Amino acid sequence: MSKDRWLALAPPIASLVFAFVVSSIVLAISGANPFVAFGNVFEYGVRLNTLVETINWSTPLYLSGVAVAIGFRMNLFNIGVEGQYVLAAFIAAQVGSQLDLPPVLHVSAIILTAMLIGALWAGLSGWMKVTRNVHEVISTIMLNSIAVGGVVSYLLGVWDVPDDTSLDTALAPIPESGWFPDLNFLVGGNTRSDLWGFVLVAVVVGVAYHYLINRTRLGYDLRASGANASAAEASGVDPKRTVVMAMVLSGLVAGLVGLPELLGDSHTYSLRFTQGLGFAGIAVALIGRNHAAGIAVGALLFGWLSRASGILEVRGDAPREIVAIIQGVIILSVVIAYSIAERYRRIEAAKAAAAAIGEER
Amino acid sequence: MRTHRILAILAVLALVLTACGGGSGASDVGLVFDIGGRGDQSFNDSAAAGLDLAVDELDVSSSEASANDDGSNREELLNLQAEENSLVFGVGFLFDVPMQAAAEANPDVNFAIVDGFVDPEAYPNVASLLFAEEQGSFLVGAAAALKSQTGTIGFIGGVSIDLIKKFEAGYIAGARAVNPDIEIISQYVTEPPNFDGFNDPASGRVIAQSQFEQGADIVYHAAGGTGAGLFQAAKEYSEANGTKVWAIGVDSDQYLTAGDDVREYILTSMLKRVDVSVYNTIEAHVNDEFAAGPVVFDLSVDGVGYSTSGGFVDDIADQLDAYKQQIVDGDIVVPTTP
Repeated sequence: MSKDRWLALAPPIASLVFAFVVSSIVLAISGANPFVAFGNVFEYGVRLNTLVETINWSTPLYLSGVAVAIGFRMNLFNIGVEGQYVLAAFIAAQVGSQLDLPPVLHVSAIILTAMLIGALWAGLSGWMKVTRNVHEVISTIMLNSIAVGGVVSYLLGVWDVPDDTSLDTALAPIPESGWFPDLNFLVGGNTRSDLWGFVLVAVVVGVAYHYLINRTRLGYDLRASGANASAAEASGVDPKRTVVMAMVLSGLVAGLVGLPELLGDSHTYSLRFTQGLGFAGIAVALIGRNHAAGIAVGALLFGWLSRASGILEVRGDAPREIVAIIQGVIILSVVIAYSIAERYRRIEAAKAAAAAIGEER
Repeated sequence: MRTHRILAILAVLALVLTACGGGSGASDVGLVFDIGGRGDQSFNDSAAAGLDLAVDELDVSSSEASANDDGSNREELLNLQAEENSLVFGVGFLFDVPMQAAAEANPDVNFAIVDGFVDPEAYPNVASLLFAEEQGSFLVGAAAALKSQTGTIGFIGGVSIDLIKKFEAGYIAGARAVNPDIEIISQYVTEPPNFDGFNDPASGRVIAQSQFEQGADIVYHAAGGTGAGLFQAAKEYSEANGTKVWAIGVDSDQYLTAGDDVREYILTSMLKRVDVSVYNTIEAHVNDEFAAGPVVFDLSVDGVGYSTSGGFVDDIADQLDAYKQQIVDGDIVVPTTP
C-alpha cells in the first residue's frame, strides 16, 4: 500500500478504534461490561435482517450526506437538508397518492416531484445569499422551521385523511403502482424486513456526484470556489451562479432523502415519518470527507450503529445513549485525525522539497 | 478418539448455547418507549411505574428500550423484545402500525399498545389500552373554574395533535360547566410533525408566563416533559407578584413527581392511569387471562381522574365527585374535540 493511501485510510480506522475504546471506558465507568455489551451488538448486528435494515437506513443517510457534501465542496453549509427532505417527501407523498399512472411512470413522477421541491427550497437559500447576502446557515435554519413547522403542519391538516381508529394523522396512501420494487431476492427473500430497492438510486446518485465533482466544468467551478473564492472569480467563475447551482444540486439530492422510506415501506406521510435524517447527513458527510465512497462508509457505519444498538437496552447492557457517544467521538476524532495526517503530509512534503533543494546545491 | 472429544465438546457447547438462548420464560415483559423514554415525569414514567410495580409484585423480569431519536426503529425494537419476552408493550399511539407488523411476525407473543388501537380481528394477540382523557380533563377543568379568582384560566398542549386536543376539549367543557363565561387561553407548543413540544421546558415556561401575565391564575398542561417549565413559571410568577397562581399536572400525580420546590403550586393533576393499565395487562398475562382488543380506562373504572395530594382541592371535592358521577352515569357526555 502506498504511503498516500495509508495516510488516507489511517485516520478513519484510528478514530473508529479510539471511539470504541472511549465508549468501552464510559461503559465500564457506568457499571456495564463493555465486552458483553459490544459482544451482543456484534451478535445482533451481523444477523441478515439487521444487515438488511442497515442498508435500508444507510440509504437515506447516504443521500443526505451527499446533499450536504455538495454544499461543503464550495464552503456552503446547507443545514437545510432536513427541511428540504421533509417538505419534499410530504408533497411527493400527496402527489403520489393522487396520481393514477403505470408503475414506472408513477414512481418517476414521485421522485421528480421530490427532487423539484427539494431544489426549490434549497434554491431559495441560494437566491437569498446572492441577492440579499443572507448567510445560508441562517436562511436554511429558518426554512427548516417554515417547512416542518409551517407548511407541512398546515397542509397536514388540509390533506389529512381522517381515520377513526387511529390518533395518527396521515395522507392518503400511495397506490401500489407508486411503490419502489424491493430487492428481497438478493437476500433469499425470507428476511423479516424488505430490502428497499431505493439503494440502487443512491448508488446512481453517488456515481453521478463523483462524476459531477471531478469530471465536469461545474464540479471544477464548485471546487475552485470552495478552495479560494476570489481566485476562482478572477479566473472566470461566476460566483453567484455557482452558489445557486450548488444549492439547487444539493436540494435535488436532499429531496430524495425521504423517499427510501416513502416508496419502500410507509407509502404515506404520517406523523410517524422519520425526521432528523438531514442533520445526520452533516455528520456522515464530515466522516466521509465529502468523497462519494467515504460518505458511503460513513452512512453504513452510522446506519449499522443505529440499528445494532437496539439490542443494548433490550438486553439491559447499557443505555442507547452510548451510541450517541460513539458517534460523537468518531466525528471528533475523524476531524482531528485528518488534520494530524494533513500536517504530517505537509511536513513530509517540506522535507522532500528541502532535500531536493539540498541536492541541487 | 480425537473426533469423539471434539464431538463431545460441540455437544456441550450446543447445550450451553441453547440454555443461554432460551432465556425467554413465560413471565418476561418487554416495553418499548417512544422517543425520549423514561424521565418525563409524566406519560412515560407512568408506564414505567406500572412495569416496576409488576416486577416487584408479580415476579416477572422486564426489559426496556426506547426508539431512536429519529423514530425509525419502532418495529425493530418490538420484534427484538418479542424475541426475548412473551408480552411486549408499545407506549404511545405511533406504535400502532409497527405493532401490527410485529404482531404478525410473532404470533405466539402477546402485545399491548398504550394509547393506540389495533384491530383484534386482524391481530388476535394485541390488546389496545385506551384512555378517556377528556373525562379526567373535564374534572380538572371544573376544578380550575371553581378555584379561579380572575375568571381566566390557561391550557398548554405539547403538540397540536388529536390526542392532545382530547385533553383540551375536556378541560374547556369542564370549566364551562362550572362557569359558562370563563375565559380560556389555549396554546400549543409545536405543530405536528414537530414533536419537540413534549420535551421543551424552556418554551413551556415562556408560554406559561405569558398566560399568567394575561390574567390566567390556573394553567393546565398536557405536554409531557414541557410541564416542568409551567411549574417553574407558576413558582416564579407567584413569588414575583405576591399572588398565588397554580399549575395543573397531567398523567402522573405531579405533586409527587415534580421537584419539592414547585409542588406547592400544583393544584391537582389529571391522572391517566397508564401504570394501572400496564400492571393489569401484565397481571392478566401472567395468569393466562390476556385478552386482545380494546380496553377503555375511563372514570367508571378510575382509569382517569384527578389527584388530591397537597389537599388543595379538598374543599371542592364534593362538587368534583358530583360531576364525576354525572359523567359515569352518562348524564354528561364530554366532547373529544375542542
